[in-house]
Amino acid sequence: MNATKTLIYDGSFNGFLTAIFVAFDEKAQVVDIQKNSSSQSGLFSETETIFTQMDKAKRVWNGIHKKSHNAIKDIYFAYLSETKGIELLLYRYIRKMFASASSISSDYSDSTVLKISQLARSVGREKHRMEAFVRFQLTKDNIYFSNIEPDFDVLPLITKHFRSRYADQQWLIYDVKRKYGIFYDMNQVEIITLELEAAYTNSLKKSVHFGEEEYNYQDLWNNYFKSTNIKFRINLKLHQQHVPKRYWKYLSEKKVV
Amino acid sequence: MDFFHNFGINTNTVMTSSFDRIKEKLNILADAAKYDVSCSSSGSVRKNNSKGLGDSSGMGICHSYTEDGRCVSLLKILLTNHCIFDCAYCVTRKSNDVQRAAFKIQEVVDLTINFYRRNYIEGLFLSSGIFKSPDYTMERLVAVAKKLRLEENFNGYIHLKSIPGASDELMREAGLYADRLSVNIEVPTISGLKLLAPDKKHEDFTKPMLKVKNEIIQYKLEKKIIKSTPKYAPAGQSTQMIVGATGESDKDIMYSATHYYKNYNMKRVYYSGYVPVAEDSRLPAIGTQVPMLRENRLYQTDWLLRFYGFGVQELLNNDHPNLDMDVDPKLGWALRNMEYFPVDINKADKNVLARVPGLGMKSVHKIISARRYRKLNWEHLKKIGVALNRAKYFIVCDSNTWEHKDREGTKIKGLILQNSVGKFRKEYSNQLQLFS
Ligand code: SF4
Repeated sequence: MNATKTLIYDGSFNGFLTAIFVAFDEKAQVVDIQKNSSSQSGLFSETETIFTQMDKAKRVWNGIHKKSHNAIKDIYFAYLSETKGIELLLYRYIRKMFASASSISSDYSDSTVLKISQLARSVGREKHRMEAFVRFQLTKDNIYFSNIEPDFDVLPLITKHFRSRYADQQWLIYDVKRKYGIFYDMNQVEIITLELEAAYTNSLKKSVHFGEEEYNYQDLWNNYFKSTNIKFRINLKLHQQHVPKRYWKYLSEKKVV
Repeated sequence: MDFFHNFGINTNTVMTSSFDRIKEKLNILADAAKYDVSCSSSGSVRKNNSKGLGDSSGMGICHSYTEDGRCVSLLKILLTNHCIFDCAYCVTRKSNDVQRAAFKIQEVVDLTINFYRRNYIEGLFLSSGIFKSPDYTMERLVAVAKKLRLEENFNGYIHLKSIPGASDELMREAGLYADRLSVNIEVPTISGLKLLAPDKKHEDFTKPMLKVKNEIIQYKLEKKIIKSTPKYAPAGQSTQMIVGATGESDKDIMYSATHYYKNYNMKRVYYSGYVPVAEDSRLPAIGTQVPMLRENRLYQTDWLLRFYGFGVQELLNNDHPNLDMDVDPKLGWALRNMEYFPVDINKADKNVLARVPGLGMKSVHKIISARRYRKLNWEHLKKIGVALNRAKYFIVCDSNTWEHKDREGTKIKGLILQNSVGKFRKEYSNQLQLFS
């Protein structure tokens, strides 16, 4: 019997796919797959460091794709949940998938499948929320800028949406938690890493980066939001369910005036 | 990269000087528009392939929610709240003593564009009080939409309210620039309309609806032959009815809704619990509770009609003219039709499963795909997310226990109510307290 193994990868999705390739290729008994930033070696297993190889990653990706279109989406979404132990769970899922003749992605009576589909759904919900809750502020050099702080790593998932919606303006969406952003220069979207010291959110203090007009529009929106409320029907519980409190600090309509 | 380099480029400052005035107008004209509940932005596909601004993906996005829990996806305003008419249920009516204001066409365009660019909204919902004449008003609404599309290259969502009594020609033009058109019926019965809106005729509402319906059909036909035919109101038309202002029954409301769905190809009918806005002997007094639970039941019924294959006479008829307040309409129907059950989860067709209380369409689809792998038992159903606390009385699955046995509808209802902590139970008892 093969010794048990922990695979360490660089934290990228392609790295993860490469690890899956290696796991299959070596028929190793994989007990864990960990990011190098957070790896903890197990007491009784050896570790192997995986170097990302695009061709291997691609083969895994295409293999899954051929098997099921739904599964590939679920796998990618669930991966972006950054849940602890997600790599191993996905490894099991993928193994199950290749072992089965039919598509398993909708076999919800299986607990691994169910878990993956639930995680994928949570990430999907977060993606949708970010498409809704991004609030752009126009900087003085004409870039529509937004801070977000999503629970899951959804920037890769929302790129397309914003690119097709805001094709005629420059924009930058910056993930405060993960310290990277996506920037559109009216031609293409680039991933950029930068350290922003402050979060430019809905704070009452005006920042020098934005013009007076920007604050006027924020004010108008904030006002509009207040006047749409029907006080006979107020239902704060429902309100919070739809707009969870953790997002409030990024919403201009939630600015206390 | 430093994106916050201050090059000192300042964009236009037109807004700054008139900002306070705009703010005041926006307050007045958003406030007056908020009672219109038809705010969904879904159902239109307008692709942005010209590198312009915005696109409509077909699925609406709610960008925020009001404190009363309704979705905010559109900038919903009146062009003006001046009105020559005096409909009793309306804040904007002539005899009401409120502050009046009117937007300029360009002001609405600027607001829409700037809100859209900041990702506050999916588009514009523009309605209006009637100033001067229906045509004069409608012309201005159309001008806003036209400007947005042609000058600003805007592909976001536009919903225009048709002004009752506006000419066919204007209705035709409106549909070329708007995604959706609506005329609000407001009062579900003709007698109620006479009482509350004496200036308006029933035909004022139905005529533009018919026009829109026919134009939609015609444009679709032409599109089949000539690909370049422009879209006409691609998201269709909708209407709204006020509930609880004139003593109509749920049957009146839903039969009327069905009529509009069928004969005017309505995409949506909205139901809006009457919010008392005026002291008027014809109407419930100010301070009367908004019938939220009733409104909710009507939406549930509407949903069952549109997506669950129910016929309206199954849910409401002379023996049963009003919806149950203590249970939702599907459960109510099931309890009155126990001979239909139990349903076998592992065998029943989709439309049969859809009628089981506790099974939403999502659960139905999951059951259908999961049962291809194995026969489902209670455990599986629970995992899938079926609301077993209700469903268990109406189904059998791969298991010997069956909760239904030979219990009667009334007993089952008691059991379900005992164990449910329904969303509206608290509100329901609040409403009851008002009457006790
Ligand atoms: S015509 Fe319209 S705006 Fe004028 S009073 Fe009647 S409902 Fe209100």
